[in-house]
Amino acid sequence: MTARIGVVTFPGSLDDRDTQRAIRLAGAEPVALWHKDKDLKQVDAVVLPGGFSYGDYLRAGAISRFSPVMETVIEQAKAGLPVLGICNGFQILTEAHLLPGGMLGNDHLHFICRDQKLRVENAETSWTSDYTAGQEIHIPLKNMDGRYVADAYTLDKLEAEGRVAFRYLDFNPNGSLRDIAGITNEAGNVVGLMPHPEHAVEPLIGTGRTDGLPFFTSILKKLVNA
Amino acid sequence: MSRTPLDTVEHAAGTPDVALPWAELGLKKDEYERIVEILGRRPTGAELAMYSVMWSEHCSYKSSKVHLRQFGEKAPQSDALLVGIGENAGVVDVGQGYAVTFKVESHNHPSYVEPYQGAATGVGGIVRDIIAMGARPVAVVDPLRFGAADHPDTKRVLPGVVAGIGGYGNCLGLPNIGGEVVFDSCYQGNPLVNAGAIGVMRHEDIHLAKASGAGNKVVLYGARTGGDGIGGASILASETFDDAKPSKRPAVQVGDPFQEKLLIECTLEAFKEKLVVGIQDLGAAGLSCATSELASNGSGGMRVTLDDVPLRDSTLSPEEILMSESQERMCAVVEPEKVDRFLEICAKWDVIATVIGEVTDGDRLEIYWHGGKIVDVDPRTVAHEGPVYERPYARPSWQDELQADDANKLPRPASSAELKDQVLKLVGSPNQASKKWITSQYDHFVQGNTVLAQPEDSGMIRVDEETGLGVAIATDGNGRYAKLDPYAGAQLALAEAYRNVATTGAKPLAVSDCLNFGSPEDPAVMWQFAEAVRGLADACQQLGTPVTGGNVSLYNQTGEVAIHPTPVVAVLGVIDDVARRTPVAFQEEGQLLYLLGDTREEFGGSAWSQVVHDHLGGLPPKVDLERERLLGEILISASRDGMIDSAHDLSDGGLIQAVVESALLGGKGARLVVPDGLDAFTFLLSESAGRAIVAVPRSEEVRFNDMCGARGLPATRIGVVDGDAVEVQGEFALPLTELREAHEATIPALLA
Repeated sequence: MTARIGVVTFPGSLDDRDTQRAIRLAGAEPVALWHKDKDLKQVDAVVLPGGFSYGDYLRAGAISRFSPVMETVIEQAKAGLPVLGICNGFQILTEAHLLPGGMLGNDHLHFICRDQKLRVENAETSWTSDYTAGQEIHIPLKNMDGRYVADAYTLDKLEAEGRVAFRYLDFNPNGSLRDIAGITNEAGNVVGLMPHPEHAVEPLIGTGRTDGLPFFTSILKKLVNA
Repeated sequence: MSRTPLDTVEHAAGTPDVALPWAELGLKKDEYERIVEILGRRPTGAELAMYSVMWSEHCSYKSSKVHLRQFGEKAPQSDALLVGIGENAGVVDVGQGYAVTFKVESHNHPSYVEPYQGAATGVGGIVRDIIAMGARPVAVVDPLRFGAADHPDTKRVLPGVVAGIGGYGNCLGLPNIGGEVVFDSCYQGNPLVNAGAIGVMRHEDIHLAKASGAGNKVVLYGARTGGDGIGGASILASETFDDAKPSKRPAVQVGDPFQEKLLIECTLEAFKEKLVVGIQDLGAAGLSCATSELASNGSGGMRVTLDDVPLRDSTLSPEEILMSESQERMCAVVEPEKVDRFLEICAKWDVIATVIGEVTDGDRLEIYWHGGKIVDVDPRTVAHEGPVYERPYARPSWQDELQADDANKLPRPASSAELKDQVLKLVGSPNQASKKWITSQYDHFVQGNTVLAQPEDSGMIRVDEETGLGVAIATDGNGRYAKLDPYAGAQLALAEAYRNVATTGAKPLAVSDCLNFGSPEDPAVMWQFAEAVRGLADACQQLGTPVTGGNVSLYNQTGEVAIHPTPVVAVLGVIDDVARRTPVAFQEEGQLLYLLGDTREEFGGSAWSQVVHDHLGGLPPKVDLERERLLGEILISASRDGMIDSAHDLSDGGLIQAVVESALLGGKGARLVVPDGLDAFTFLLSESAGRAIVAVPRSEEVRFNDMCGARGLPATRIGVVDGDAVEVQGEFALPLTELREAHEATIPALLA
């Protein structure tokens, strides 16, 4: 018995199929979810993938956040359903207020695509337990609006509660405050990050590293052992 | 308010003396007269609009056609070719039931006028060509050429073009895996923005642009039609720029990549359910092109009601609707009983879809507006029977003088120190410098199948996860070589792209080209074009790689001054297992460096002659296509059998440029020894073709040498991967840190 992990396709989602592949490679069963459908098909966890849902029009993630599927995702995430938001998925999670803060345009005003070094700051969430705290990993990053911002109170609170999950190392690619690359909610079931772990799961492909696979093995172990 | 009567076919027949603005629409007097002759009356305004765009240079290839025929006549026998020239894009069999479609096109003129949108819609257009063949687009490549790197206008054009390509391609979810960035003052005012795309499908999914079966419905789907891009093909792409004329900015289309992404997904879903009989994208010449091409390629005629076209601007006239180049639109022919399901799929993806007409029994294309018939033509006369010109061409008088100005006689470095300085200057020159600042604005990773991306020799995409089947693509062109000798220059472009594909371990299969030239009305330019086409067709024949399609861009000139003739060639290759691919980067210290091929004193058109002497003259490197083929076979065998761990093709900048790139990418230096019979300068900087460097693990040295010996390919041991500098024994040593600074700082300093 394995875990069933849903991947939502919004109009303009790009990394939905890649994320399904990563889930499969980790040994779980990917389930395609559609933005117009409130039914989560009894999945055990949900990934909101990267892309430019609704073309990033209005503001990245601002329209998708109101799609029918998100009503259920928001409701169940509050009740403990593990949810991972990658890039545009992270933007949707902040727009949906499942995670605090928001994303602005990169400080250098360009799209940036690079192999990004990160430090795992919290290895106790549903999606990071296969890492060790302080572990340094490389995960591809590619975004236009990746500058994480929040007010000082929120940032201090995130730091104090250990909710900064990932931090950019060596180079801050977008001007994110306090080098924040990803965060988690208080319960540790909702995680969002700008880099793309689904692009770092096979030794031959992309950067050739597999540092992203533990995201998917973490959740699988948690679900199977639950 | 007085009402002008609708210019119907009937009205036109009754008012033969009405003066029509054919000249403003870009038609010549004799072309207009031919239209009158074909129709047996004056055209209606709508018919004139259609003919003017479809008979434009951009759409009709009227100046280039007589030469392009050679690509078909000289096409080598190839089992791999499933669909050849003439369709939206060629299709190649890559084995295991997969077919790959690919094509390169230009969007040069729009990108100069409006860099962001011009480049963005260039990506959009080529991607729609790929979808129209039935394939899922899997990657894009962008060969780009700009004016001098330090010219102020380059800072306007380049960042906009790069942002446009990224903004559109990234949003579509297509990895950008290759291309080039070249600077040369000859492109000042006429940048070349070429865009290529690859798509993958199963053999049975190939779709063609034809409307068959009377009663089948014509469905227009995608974006609404607006007033943008009117006359893009006829006015922008088919004339030289002239400062005296009003701004052509409104003739550039505006792109919406989000809409195109939806178009991709909904089209592929419709294909999957076999709902589509024929399909055509709306690009240059918009509905005029789509309706006339679909109808003329099919078995019957077509009737279209223009009132049903969804509009962004309700005040558009029928002529404008027919000429609009609004982006992100497609036209499908669907059997009546499948129309509902087709519309349902479009609705699922929030794509507007409208039945605008149907295929008829006759052989006429008839278009109605407000109940009146405004077009009644034989679609073939619009789409395929446009004017054909035998433009006069003549070898320019200055060609001999140019070739006599021998670059081999330029002063060479007098000391090791001077050689070192020139090498450092070369690797940091805009053309040889790292383009990371540009390519990092493109997504390389999306779709999760990217095996290699720039700055590798070719981009490589995995096609099948189970078997590891993959395809590779490289695009190359060298306008400097082509200026010195267009025939050889075109062959060298093909040879380089071929070599680049083979260097990564893939077998070259087929070619697409984008031929960028000046005005065909100049006999010297026409000679360059004719020579380049002849050279490319001959070389494709010899290498066994057919041209599957491509694009011609003429009128790339300002006033009397044309760009260098710039044939850009894309070669597509296949690799059985991407795990065997060969990267550029040095992998392991201690591995032996071999130079494959012959090095001669060849500096004509070289990067060295440009960077050090600002010189262009002499002859380009010698072309030896049999050598290219042999080199390719050796590189592919060595990759398949695990005899080499890295490889890099030698081209502009010569051997030292290649070694520096492999060293910087791998973070490992090299110690080089100048081989017997060569001087250090020629060894490092000559641009002889048909060469590559490879890094051979010591355990494979004997086997590798035996293979090269048996096959007759010169293989010279030139050094070893080692240390943290590039050292040429007895000459100089350059630390990687210094090389990296020189190589990587140039472009950001100029453009960021």
